[in-house]
Amino acid sequence: MKFVIFTKADKDYEAGVLPTWEAIEKMGPFNEQLHKDGVLLACEGLRPSSKGTRLRLDEGRTTITDGPFTESKELIAGFWIIEAKSREEVVERFAGAPFDKPTTLEIREFFQPEDFAGIVTPEQQARHDKVTLDDLKVAPPM
Amino acid sequence: MSDADLQNRLAAIWRIESPRLIAHLTRVTRDVGRAEDLAADAFVSALAQWPDEGIPRNPGAWLMAIAKRRAIDHLRRDTKLVEKTALLARELSAGGAEPDFTHAIEEIDDDVLRLMFVACHPVLSPEARVALTLKLLGGLTTAGIARAYLTAEPTIAQRIVRAKRTLSDANVPFEVPSGPERLRRVASILEAVYLIFNEGYAATAGDDVLRPELVDDALRLGRMLAALLPSDSEVYGLVALMEIQASRIPARVGPDGEPILLLDQDRATWDQLQIRRGLDALDRAERLGALGSYGLQAAIAACHARANTAEQTDWRRIADLYGELARIVPSPIVELNRGVAVGMADGPAAGLEIIDRLVREPALAAYHLLPSVRGDLLLKLRRYPEARTEFARAYELARNTRDKEFLLKRLDECRGPAVRG
Repeated sequence: MKFVIFTKADKDYEAGVLPTWEAIEKMGPFNEQLHKDGVLLACEGLRPSSKGTRLRLDEGRTTITDGPFTESKELIAGFWIIEAKSREEVVERFAGAPFDKPTTLEIREFFQPEDFAGIVTPEQQARHDKVTLDDLKVAPPM
Repeated sequence: MSDADLQNRLAAIWRIESPRLIAHLTRVTRDVGRAEDLAADAFVSALAQWPDEGIPRNPGAWLMAIAKRRAIDHLRRDTKLVEKTALLARELSAGGAEPDFTHAIEEIDDDVLRLMFVACHPVLSPEARVALTLKLLGGLTTAGIARAYLTAEPTIAQRIVRAKRTLSDANVPFEVPSGPERLRRVASILEAVYLIFNEGYAATAGDDVLRPELVDDALRLGRMLAALLPSDSEVYGLVALMEIQASRIPARVGPDGEPILLLDQDRATWDQLQIRRGLDALDRAERLGALGSYGLQAAIAACHARANTAEQTDWRRIADLYGELARIVPSPIVELNRGVAVGMADGPAAGLEIIDRLVREPALAAYHLLPSVRGDLLLKLRRYPEARTEFARAYELARNTRDKEFLLKRLDECRGPAVRG
């Protein structure tokens, strides 16, 4: 199962204050361990919302607004994408994340194909009716 | 915290911490079975103490400290293990009066790598290697493995017990092998990991085409191994192969659970993050040396991953890669695949030339895909009666209903334009 863990922005971050060298140094071994345990798929930090743009799409009308998004209560500052067995596993892994100041993390699950089990598009149905040559399996092993 | 919450948290902590714990305890006790018991005992202690005291800030270090103390007690009591006690005593005296429980991270990594070599030792059967690897390094429970393999729990439990006994009887050393031995031993690990992957990706048991949990377990083990053996081309080759194949999981099964074949898949649903990871791993494998059999298969999978539509597939390159693969691991199945690719790249006549050479191959005598592929090429060449014979033969050999249905449709196409009009 895949999870995304968002870090939430604070005032300093939105003001463009970069993390200190010490803070980055402390996070290194944490990410390294996720990598070594084979669970880390991606992790990125984002520039503040002043570098962002919002698109509002409403029945054919598109409104474009440049950042910063001062009216937003919660902004995202970065994320990890993790493959884990359970949400508890993600909680245990991130409960000890070495942040040097109070931080909110938000863990979210990816949709799974079975979540859409009831929804079948016409394309899927068409493919379903058509079967062709197999994607041959190669040895070894099997 | 409720009991259920605590159980869930402990299960998660076990999954995260147990491989390192067992690996390090194996180094201390030189006995995988004992190490596993000690790790499990430490968790029992945690279950007794944590509800009152709370979960410690560093659960891994807590468990390691408890388990190591127990290990020392056990060894002292066990008079048959005088030698090991002496060894441990030397370690202790070298490190001061009290054992140091904050281990260098590199040291633990080495232990995990050694444990991987032990769990996948060639003295064990592939099934035993798979079970032991999932248990010791994947952090799965016996019940979890049994569930994944649709097998009874006692069967898996027995397999694991026997495997541990075999390792102990064979006196398998806890070490990273070197020299020519190393290559063989790495191959043995890769084989076990790919077996786990394939059981999830092309399930052989049960009704499901896919068992994604095993795919995830295999990927995780593969990435762990890549982090521990960062200069092995084939390790990255296998990781690349698994990542790229896994990227297609969302597209591989239709609404009724039926398999959808590669060229018919909706490529928009392929997992692009996984493809990118796969291509990065392949890139790394190529930089580390000549591609081996996993790396070449990954390179073939990458040709499909890079094509935005089935029509854009670089069949020329795929045909060449199968050629290289055939040189490393000659097999009629690889040759059959090469025939298909050449048929796509250079036209059906060129493909048929390769396939025709396989007709007398005993290993493919009962393989329905040989006449099926041959029929397809003959059909493209408008040799309808011959194509019909091949599809009829394939129909006879095919075992599952879906294959048979498909071959009936193909048979229908062989009537040729004159009859059809």
